[in-house]
Amino acid sequence: MTLMLSVQGVAKTFTLHTQGGVKIPVFRDLDLDVSAGECVVLHGPSGAGKSTLLRAMYANVLPDAGEIRVRHGGRMVDLASASSRTVLQVRRHTLGYVSQFLSVIPRVPTLNVVAEPLIRDGLDIDTAHERAAAMLSRLNVPERLWSLAPATFSGGEQQRVNIARGLIAEMPVLLLDEPTASLDAANRDVVVELVAEAKQRGAAIVGIFHDAATRDAVADRLYPLTPAKAA
Amino acid sequence: MNLVSTAARDLDDDPPLLSVRNLAKHYGNALGCRAVSFDLWPGEVLGIVGESGSGKTTLLNCLSGQIDADGGEILYRHRDGEVADFRTLPEPQRRALLRGEWGLVHQNPRDGLRLRVSAGANIGERLMAEGARHYGEIRGAAMNWLSRVEIATDRTDDLPIRFSGGMQQRLQIARTLVTGPRLVFMDEPTGGLDVSVQARLLDLIRGLVDELGAACVIVTHDLAVARLLAHRLMVMKGGEVVEAGLTDQVLDDPHHPYTQLLVSSVLQV
Repeated sequence: MTLMLSVQGVAKTFTLHTQGGVKIPVFRDLDLDVSAGECVVLHGPSGAGKSTLLRAMYANVLPDAGEIRVRHGGRMVDLASASSRTVLQVRRHTLGYVSQFLSVIPRVPTLNVVAEPLIRDGLDIDTAHERAAAMLSRLNVPERLWSLAPATFSGGEQQRVNIARGLIAEMPVLLLDEPTASLDAANRDVVVELVAEAKQRGAAIVGIFHDAATRDAVADRLYPLTPAKAA
Repeated sequence: MNLVSTAARDLDDDPPLLSVRNLAKHYGNALGCRAVSFDLWPGEVLGIVGESGSGKTTLLNCLSGQIDADGGEILYRHRDGEVADFRTLPEPQRRALLRGEWGLVHQNPRDGLRLRVSAGANIGERLMAEGARHYGEIRGAAMNWLSRVEIATDRTDDLPIRFSGGMQQRLQIARTLVTGPRLVFMDEPTGGLDVSVQARLLDLIRGLVDELGAACVIVTHDLAVARLLAHRLMVMKGGEVVEAGLTDQVLDDPHHPYTQLLVSSVLQV
């Protein structure tokens, strides 16, 4: 299978300058390869660095050592050393990230929030809105909410908007940080289906799923993480 | 559905629109800013954050020709591809740039508007400075821009002095953007406005910058504004850039002690 994401020798320690320079080692010497069509679930107790690793794969956190290479337009790009512009380009076309929380943009209606990644990718507005509507329906977001900004929605509704936005562009590499955390069983099943479809079309997926049933349903393999010993 | 053709293009090979090298400004013995270098590409929004006295406004004023820097280069790539140092351009050419291809949005709209001529004329004036002469077309463009910044077109003939602060700021943005500038400077564009008005303005700026594909330098002390608008950030302290990078990376994984202090000082709502 085609290698889509390759983590090699990655290490991260947070240094808290405002708190006397305390160093918090999170992990080191991590290696992980993910191929097209595969879903790897990061597994370990709270504090093991699952979210930090996922955020490092999105270049939201900068590792202290190692490479995080992503297949972008036919070649592997190392996000740990790439320019900001290259990282933004990789995020726009290749790398999708669904966090636990929606970062709300004031005033922008839900339908536009979901359609935005498609429009940025060059799709015309009408088609983008049609696909956003289909995605929102599928995730059971009521149509009466589509024209409203999601700021006032419930936690579960916001999360479904977030998932719709994160999955709509069908990115080749997807990072999912507990996308099902505040969803009911029916909507969790929809997410499991969406993940299965993404794998089917060849997406490489790395995720964090605390719910054992969801994890078993989506994971091809687990990547175990253990809390780092204090340095 | 990903557009592999555009994705495959190596963007680092595109020449930047603006390259600033080693820019410095002193006020007597006091440091305004120094050793500031960065590149800016079309469609990119660069945020400059820092506290009062960090040098961010001095930097913006040097870049936008409000004051003269005393060292370094401001290399601008013209439409024809030629690169020239703004600092050594003859005065008429500098003024021509500032009239059309460059735009400046002041923190206080009163500094960027003429309060005793109509809203429509404020917008039309910049077009006329660029050579537009046809009254109907100028008025049409003015009304189009008023509605784009969400000002009712029946206010076209009103004086901006009668507008609220938020409306004045939106009018200033319309006046600045009407010429389709390739490079826009904004100094605390939401400063001094009510929070509810800020959100509207931010969303508007975000949409317009996206639509026009202009490169933009925004100075702000508000990290939430920076997160919403800027692709990249430079953090300034004591006249120098102490940290720079992707906006979310700088804010979520700050490395410099000063950036960590700034980020940790924001009150959570």
